[in-house]
Amino acid sequence: MKLALSGKFVSTAACVMMALSVPAMGIAGDTIKFGVAGPHSGDLASYGLPSVNAAKIVAKQVNDAGGINGKMIELLIEDDVCKPEIATNTATKLASEGAEVVLGHICSGATKAALPIYKDKGILVMSPSATNPALTQSGDYPNFFRTIAPDDAQAEVDVNFVLEKLGYTKIAVVHDKGDYGKGFAEFAKKFLEESGKAEVVLFEGVTPGAVDYSAIVLKIRKSGAEAVIFGGYHPEASKIVGQMKKKRLKTTFISDDGVKDMTFIKVAGKNAEGAYASGPQDNASNPLSKVAIEAHKATFNSDHGAFYENAYSAMLAMVNAIKMAGSTDLAALKKVLQTEKVETPVGNIFFNEMGDAVGVGFSVYQVQDGKFVEMK
Amino acid sequence: MDYFIELLFSGLTRGSIYALIALGYTMVYGIIGLINFAHGEIYMIGAFTAFIVATVLSIYGFPLLAIIVIAGVAAAVWSSAYGYTIEKIAYKPLRHAPRLSPLISAIGMSIFLQNYVLLAQTSDFLPFPALIPEFEFMEPVAHIVGSSDLVILITTTIVMLILTYIIKFTRVGKAMRATAQDRTMAMLVGINVNQIISATFIIGSALAAIGGLLIASHIGQINFYIGFIAGIKAFTAAVLGGIGSIPGAVLGSLVLGLTESFATGYVSSDYEDVFAFSLLVLILIFKPSGLLGKAETKKV
Repeated sequence: MKLALSGKFVSTAACVMMALSVPAMGIAGDTIKFGVAGPHSGDLASYGLPSVNAAKIVAKQVNDAGGINGKMIELLIEDDVCKPEIATNTATKLASEGAEVVLGHICSGATKAALPIYKDKGILVMSPSATNPALTQSGDYPNFFRTIAPDDAQAEVDVNFVLEKLGYTKIAVVHDKGDYGKGFAEFAKKFLEESGKAEVVLFEGVTPGAVDYSAIVLKIRKSGAEAVIFGGYHPEASKIVGQMKKKRLKTTFISDDGVKDMTFIKVAGKNAEGAYASGPQDNASNPLSKVAIEAHKATFNSDHGAFYENAYSAMLAMVNAIKMAGSTDLAALKKVLQTEKVETPVGNIFFNEMGDAVGVGFSVYQVQDGKFVEMK
Repeated sequence: MDYFIELLFSGLTRGSIYALIALGYTMVYGIIGLINFAHGEIYMIGAFTAFIVATVLSIYGFPLLAIIVIAGVAAAVWSSAYGYTIEKIAYKPLRHAPRLSPLISAIGMSIFLQNYVLLAQTSDFLPFPALIPEFEFMEPVAHIVGSSDLVILITTTIVMLILTYIIKFTRVGKAMRATAQDRTMAMLVGINVNQIISATFIIGSALAAIGGLLIASHIGQINFYIGFIAGIKAFTAAVLGGIGSIPGAVLGSLVLGLTESFATGYVSSDYEDVFAFSLLVLILIFKPSGLLGKAETKKV
């Protein structure tokens, strides 16, 4: 019975696939299909929609200029709501609709769930925002690239800043027990210990949403730490800096790009002054960045959101790779991506063997007079 | 020794906040045997009301003391209105239904209120104005106990005293105790049980609203979700102290707050909740009705 069932299933699946692949191949000659996947609805939509806008703007520019080697870009936009279980459906749908390269996904968890499906079909995937280190470093996904630096690079930047610029030797590392925050904190701890220049005097997780953080703040003071490195998001960060101020701590606060958000300054107010947070490098001096931002203003009449420039850069890199490779074959695309530099809003980049962009980095910012100021 | 005292005050502050919310759970349970899961949301609505009123008043340049008092009264009144309405809509029609029905109704009300605030206000965190000023006379000891800790402790104590007075010495309080003991008998001797139940919800909601104002000012931020964790912790405290018992709720809250604070201070904040809930399990094993709870005797 079991055999009969699975046989039926396989034949049905084969029929479905044939039915889907025929039209896809028929159109493949006229356009190049770019899949765009990410959260486009729900509470994390603000992270996904800017990438859709970036894809639309770049596609229009390329198409207006005659397309890629004469072929027009066609966008296939699919929502994954940032959820791994939905991302697999999104990926299957994009693959069956004939997407040849994919911009996305946005969240690390969703990206990880979707990648095997693209890998089986030999589809190139480039994410503007998935920062989980394992996505590239595990070597499991040779079809994956990204235009943002991974989390461990960020922890390294923070640690170097604390050791070299600030010269501290006693550091407390605190996190919010979440995947992102704890991952960041563990990397920070590892880099601190490997440097041999500083001692990790405290390594602990706090419960997000707790009504009061004064006990952990007291503990930080008792540990004698000169700085606290925090892995997590801005709601906890603003509570901790507030309570540090209340308990009269002079400890320096340093955090990640989950905190480098204007909401942190808005909520923490004066308590945020002097706090450090790392975030993607400021591209204001890059002329292409200005072009990208102005294109967004002109098209959508609003400010671009999170990861817009990374997505814009990913689109440029993919367009360039397809143009130079002359096809969307994965091996040919990889070769171009890894050897040819391309000018993008996030800098003049190419990709290393694992798929991480070389030339994209993080900077440390300090809150000064209610603004994030880049520390050179 | 300093460190011990610092942790002690940190735990007392936390416990006082839990107590203000836990009282609502325990009073409602005492009188109608229902766990009002929407109570955490009442606390959140209290904080939001205080936020809106305080923001508007500070635009008009009211003095700080006036803002605290008006915002506190407005939050208490508005939350009470919600508490009263919830009881009338979601619990009263189910009063004679099996015990599980009002419980599900309460969970539904909690989800409804969270989403209502999410849609009507915002999903973002909002900066709550620091309503409690930094007192100058507190400056020498500010590193141990801050002005807001002091205000929270004093306010909670005063509120507890008023509540005790209401329950022990007023007609409403006497009627409440009678209703809690035996609802049918209370009805027979002429107590308007419906009114008493409404009064219980109003008092409980007002206390939660004051808690909302104090803690929001203490930590400086609010969003629609703050009621959930605070509610769970306060509910735990109420069970710890013996649900249905008013002094029990206060004692349970302080024990829970101190346990969390010392667990963080001397062990690790990773295990803050582990210690808190292990303590709950231990107490319930040895004293199933909680610290001050009375063992329920089945009426035959």
